[in-house]
Formats: sequence, C-alpha cells, structure tokens
Amino acid sequence: MSDEKKMNHQQEGGSQEHLSLNDDRRVKVLSPGALVAKRFFRNRLAVVGLVILAAMFIFSFIGGVVSPYDQDQLFYRYELQSKEYAGVTENTSLRYTSAEGQSFAGMLQAQFMIAAAKDQSSFTYEGVTYSIAKEGEDFYVISQGGAPVALAYKDIVNAEDPSLNLSFDFQRAALKAYTNGEQSFTVNGTEYTVDENGGINEAGQPVAYISRFVVQSKVSDVTFTRDFKEQLAQAIENGSEEFIFTNEEGSYDYTLEYDADTKSYSVKQEKETQVFDTYSEPSKAHWLGTDRNGMDMLTRLMYGGRVSLVIGFIVVFISAFLGIILGGVAGYFGGWVDNLIMRVVDVFYCIPSMPLIIIMGSAMDGMRVDPQMRMLYLMLVLGFLGWPGIARMVRGQILSLREQEFMTATEACGISISRRIFRHLIPNVIPQLIVICTMSLGSTIITEATLSFLGLGVKFPFASWGNIINDVSNSFVLTNYWFVWIPAGICLLLTVLGFNFVGDGLRDAFDPKMKR
Amino acid sequence: MRNFIIKRVLLSVVILFFVAFIIYTLLRCLPSSYVETMARQLAMAPGAKPYDEWVAQLNAQYGLDLPLIPGFFHQLGNILTGQFGDSWKYTVPVMEKFTEVIWISFVMGGIAFILQLIIAIPLGVIAATRQYSKADYAISVFALAGISLPTFFFATLLKLVFCVNLSWFDLGGLTGRNHLQLDALGQFLDVAHHMVLPIVTLVVVSVGSLMRYARTNMLEVLNSDYIRTARAKGLSEKKVIYHHAFRNTLIPLVTIVGGSLPGLFAGALITETLYSIQGIGWTSYYAMTAGDIPFSMFYLLFLAVLTLLGNLISDILYAVVDPRVRIA
Repeated sequence: MSDEKKMNHQQEGGSQEHLSLNDDRRVKVLSPGALVAKRFFRNRLAVVGLVILAAMFIFSFIGGVVSPYDQDQLFYRYELQSKEYAGVTENTSLRYTSAEGQSFAGMLQAQFMIAAAKDQSSFTYEGVTYSIAKEGEDFYVISQGGAPVALAYKDIVNAEDPSLNLSFDFQRAALKAYTNGEQSFTVNGTEYTVDENGGINEAGQPVAYISRFVVQSKVSDVTFTRDFKEQLAQAIENGSEEFIFTNEEGSYDYTLEYDADTKSYSVKQEKETQVFDTYSEPSKAHWLGTDRNGMDMLTRLMYGGRVSLVIGFIVVFISAFLGIILGGVAGYFGGWVDNLIMRVVDVFYCIPSMPLIIIMGSAMDGMRVDPQMRMLYLMLVLGFLGWPGIARMVRGQILSLREQEFMTATEACGISISRRIFRHLIPNVIPQLIVICTMSLGSTIITEATLSFLGLGVKFPFASWGNIINDVSNSFVLTNYWFVWIPAGICLLLTVLGFNFVGDGLRDAFDPKMKR
Repeated sequence: MRNFIIKRVLLSVVILFFVAFIIYTLLRCLPSSYVETMARQLAMAPGAKPYDEWVAQLNAQYGLDLPLIPGFFHQLGNILTGQFGDSWKYTVPVMEKFTEVIWISFVMGGIAFILQLIIAIPLGVIAATRQYSKADYAISVFALAGISLPTFFFATLLKLVFCVNLSWFDLGGLTGRNHLQLDALGQFLDVAHHMVLPIVTLVVVSVGSLMRYARTNMLEVLNSDYIRTARAKGLSEKKVIYHHAFRNTLIPLVTIVGGSLPGLFAGALITETLYSIQGIGWTSYYAMTAGDIPFSMFYLLFLAVLTLLGNLISDILYAVVDPRVRIA
C-alpha cells in the first residue's frame, strides 16, 4: 500500500503544481486515528511522558535480563573485624580460699574485711575468735585456734594444668613466697622456685604461676598458655595499646582496649570475616550500591519496576474488565438494572479502599501468607476496588451513545444485545477508557508503592519500588545511604509522571473540541 | 429541593447499611488472633478465669460468637445507640479516643485545604487564560508532578533536606522536647512549627488535582459563547476574565470545595503516620495494623459517612449555586 503511494508520488513527481485546486490529491487525508496521533505528538509534555515510559519499560523489562545479577543474589565482602578475643581484669579485690574442711563464707569475709581495714590482728564472729596474720603484701592468712582457716589474697595462683587443683598449703606457701619476693619455697618436702614474673617451677618444670590479672577467653575452645598470659600482663603493665604475642609458631597482633566501666582490658584480634555486602557505596560492580541484604540495588530496581508495572497493568485490567461489563450493561439496559448496578457502584465508592487494604495486609501478615500469593491477593483486591469509577464513566457515555442513530440501525439489523453493547457501544467509549486507564495506572502504582512502603504490599524477597524505599524507616539509612532510596523514588515519580503526562496528552488529543 | 434532599439522605442510609455490612463481613473474616492474645493475657493474671472462659467472654462481649448476620445486627444495634465499644489497642472507648485525636487532623487538614485553594485557583486560572504558554506548561508540570509524587517519598525527601541536613524541623511528632516548659504562645508556636512539614506535604501532594480542575473549568468557560459575546462587546480582557469568566468557574469549584469539607475529618493516613502526628489517621493506622476491630470498624464507617456526606453536599451545592441545574 505504502509502496504504491510512493510509486504514484514518484510518477507524478514534478507535475504536482498542475493539479487543479479541488483535486483530492492536493489534500492530505488523515484517518481519525492519525489525527489523534498528530495532536498527541504535538503535545510536548505527552511526548516527554511517552519517552519516560518507554525508558522505564526498557529499564525494567530488558534491564532485568541484561543485568548480570539476580534480583535476590547476595553479595559478600571480606571485612577485617576486630573481634574480642580475651578479656583481662586486674584483680583489685581480695579473694578467698578456705582450707580443706573449713568454710569461710560471706559474713566471715565481711568481718575480716572490716578487721583488716583497721589493721586489727583478730576479729570475733558468733563467739569464735579468728586471728589475722598479714604474711605479705595483700596477703592474709586467717586462722582460728592455731589452724589456718582461709587465705585472703589479690594475686591469684593458677595451675599450669587447668585440670589440676592446687592444694591450700601450696597456695599459701606460694603466695607467701611471691608476696615477700622470695625465690623459693618448700611444700610437703618438694622445693619450688619462684621467678620474678610469678612463675613457679618444680625442678625446672613450670607448675603454676601467680598473676594479678584474670584472663578470660571470649572465644570458645581457646585456653591460654602461661606464656601468653605473661606477655599479656607485661603489655598491660607497660600501658601499651598493641600487644604482639610471639611463640614458636609466629607472632600475632592484638589490640588492647581498656574499658573504664568494667575496669577490664579487652584483647581484640583483627580477623577477616565474610559478611553480607550491605549498603556498599556505588561502585563499578554495583552501580547503585547494595541494599540492606547485600543485593545489587540497580538489579533490584529493575525487578522492582517490573513488579510495580505488572501489578499496575493487571489491576487496571481487572478493574477495566469489570467496569466495562457492568457499566455497559447498566448504561444499555437502564431502568432497574442501571439503578441496581449504580447503587452497587455507590456502595463500592463509599468503601474506604486504603484502610481496607491496610487491614487486609496486616491480616495477611498475621496469617503468614506466602509473598507470591500476597501479590496475587493485592492485585485482586486493588482491581476489585477500582472498577466503580470506570463503570460510572462507561455508563455515562453509553447513556448518551445509545440514543444515537447508529444504535437504531443495529437494532433494525437485529444484532444481538451483547454484540450491540460490546461491538458497537464500547468501541465508542475506548478513547475515554484509555485516558482513564492510563491515569489510574499511575495512581495504582502509587497505591501499590505506598502499601509496599508500609510493609503491607509486596514483600521480600520480591522487590518493588515501594519496599525498596521502605529501608528509610531506619533513619540511619535515610541520612547516610541516599543511593538506597532516592533512585527508587525517582523511578516511581518518573513512571507515574509519565503515565499522567501521556494520559493528559491523550485526553487532549481525543477531545474533538481541542482548538489546535 | 426538600424532597431531593430527603431522597438522597434515605438513599445514603441504604448505601451506608450495605457498606457497614461489607465492612463487618470483612472484619469478621480476619483471624481473631487479637481476642486470643487478649484472653491469654487475661488468663495469665493471678486468680483469673481459665483461657477458654475468657475467649468465650470476649467473643460474647464483641458479638463475635454470633453467626454473621445476627452478629451484624447486634453490632448495628450497638452502633445506632452510639456504642462503638472499647478500642482494643488503646483500651479506651472508641469515641473517647476519636474525640481526642480528631481535632489535630481537622486543623491540619483545614489549613492544608485553605492553602490548596489559595494556590490552586489562581494558578489554574492563570494557566487557562494563557493556554499553551510557558506559564501554562510550568503549572501543568507542577500540578502533574504533585499528583505523581508518592506521599511517602516526598515526605522522606523533605525530612532529609529540612530535618537532617538543615535541621530546621524535628523528624516527627507534634511537640518539641521542651514543649511543657513553654508558655501558651510558645506552645502554640511549637505546634505550628511542627505542623509545617506535614502541611507542606499535604498541600504539594494534593494541590495538583484541584489546580487541574480549576484550569479545565476555566478553559471550558472561556470557550463558551457568553465570553465571546463579552469580548465582542469590547470589554477589557481583565473584565472578561475576572468578571465574567471567573465567576462562572466558581460554580463547579464551590461544589467540589463543599464536597471535600467532610473529608477534612478523615485525616491523612500516610502523612500523619510518617510524621508521627497523632491524629485520626495515625491512630487508626496503628489500630488497623494491630487488628483492633472496634476502632477499625468505627473508622471505616466514619470514612464512608464522610464520603456520602461529601457527595450529598456537593450535589446540593450544585443545585443551589447553579440555578440552571434542575433537580430530578
């Protein structure tokens, strides 16, 4: 067809100016559709809207295919995390060990404390007198009737082999030697030597050590060697912030931190840990960074667009379908059918849709509905609540259309009623229908996004522009990670704006009263 | 006129009946987990009745033990006598909570609405009188952008710019930290200060449709015959537009304004929730998400009444303002 036209054109070539004034070929004939298109494309805003929509569709539907990542692909990164390895407390209070078969419980300890603070050499509790002997610095022996009952000390004797229990006598002798700076002591006929670090050796073999620092492991399955503890104590005494432990296997770096609250040092070790790559800044690998779960933001945005657009289209399709049928029937038949349907429309108009969907959303939360089913229910509910507007419009148009001559003609031809409505009346409503559907696409997308934003619409793992923005409920994200929520918001705004521009342009283009 | 109003009111009552029925049915279909939680809590108290008895009592109290239709009429009877029951979430009578929070929403909505009118009508008129000029395009884009802006996104942007970056306003709430130490004027100013962002949000998001409406109507009027007559008489353009045309565009505007008056009581669900302003929207949002059936029921019915009232008012106003409209 177009080829033929071209041929004609070429043949007539230069002879065009010879055509007579009322020759049809001088007049460019445009179909009504072409006229609408022409008027539409003359509207700059509408064209902008169309371009935005095309870009959004490409972005969402093709972008998802092109993107190297999946919508729920998780990314990890390695991070040096300083993890607490050990806690060191300097023992500042007296500890007690009671001799075998003796008890030295709370009240006695308290009495002892008072007496010791007053430098008394004895105290009485419940008629029993205890004598106190200060045998070294911060080291007391409490005895009753000549027999030692308990030891009070600040330096702690630790056995080299943690499973071994040190005897009372050994502890007493060791502490006495250590606190008085003696080099050796004898218990039960065995001679032990004490070095300046508090290590106790039996014939050159380490048995125990004395230290004021209590080292607790913060990681399970780790016991500390004496060597480690000694070096650690040294480092703490030196007041250094770094602690390098060296043994035969090599050296390890630790950092020391003093916590004034608990009066303890914590030994931290830098360890490389695999973590989710959350909220990483935009980079070459992730153009818009990653989100809360360590998923690629740009890919989520694409899939989110897909969800938002598809939901919008399905919802509008459902409401248009119901609206056309009910509106068409109401408008064509009039009378009680019309009255009934319009009252139903009134009822639906009065049902507040947003609160209703919020209630349903939270009910679905309660019932733990599968996210996929949720999406389906959401579409059905939105679609079912959206038809009254369309039905009203269709009915209004058809009421006037059915009085026109062409309807009399269809009646005369004996065309069936359903054909009359859906083949002859509805096509005449199509322009208004397209406009109203385009506009409601925009508002549906906003509704869906709002619900998803509130956490009541599309749920994780599915992305939607609304639930991407949902992250800002964490105010740290709001302040620091613009790339998480601003792009989604801009996509949303642009898409809805596109639909509104196009809808507006179409309305103007379809309107025959348009001046231009 | 009187017959018309009576007819419309009666029709509204019938519609309301069905709306109430639909709302009741939907709420009944929800899992009644709230009652169970409540009963479990109550049964836990020392010396309390066993759980089953509490469930039965609560169900009976809320009319949940009756079948759907008798249950509905039971509830309807309660509502008609003004007994909306106690809110489950707020543990006070629904009406008490309602009267406590409604005025905040109304004041906020009212101010926003007045601002909308002040902005929308002049801009709409300007856009219409200079159709296809740059001003018209700018106004159209502004209006459509306002319509297209999702409330939550716009509110979040405002928060980022004005609360976080510029720290001019607080992130949420209606009162500042030192509200109670202020004198009356200071307290008023404090509240006003906290209302700025919510009102800006409301205005920007909803001014667009009113502006479009004003523009469309003005265009329609400007294309009518009497305007051509006025121009043909040689009246100045100013007089044509502001004397002849503007008055006529007011007709549909008045009806739409009248129709939206009841809506001012409806509250702004999203805006109030985002700025944590404890108006009716915020209150009902949290009631609804907590499955508070008495409050939700009341709020949904309240909204339905407002919608019907709005339609009624705009229909009546239409007939009153425009004498050409004959009432059927």
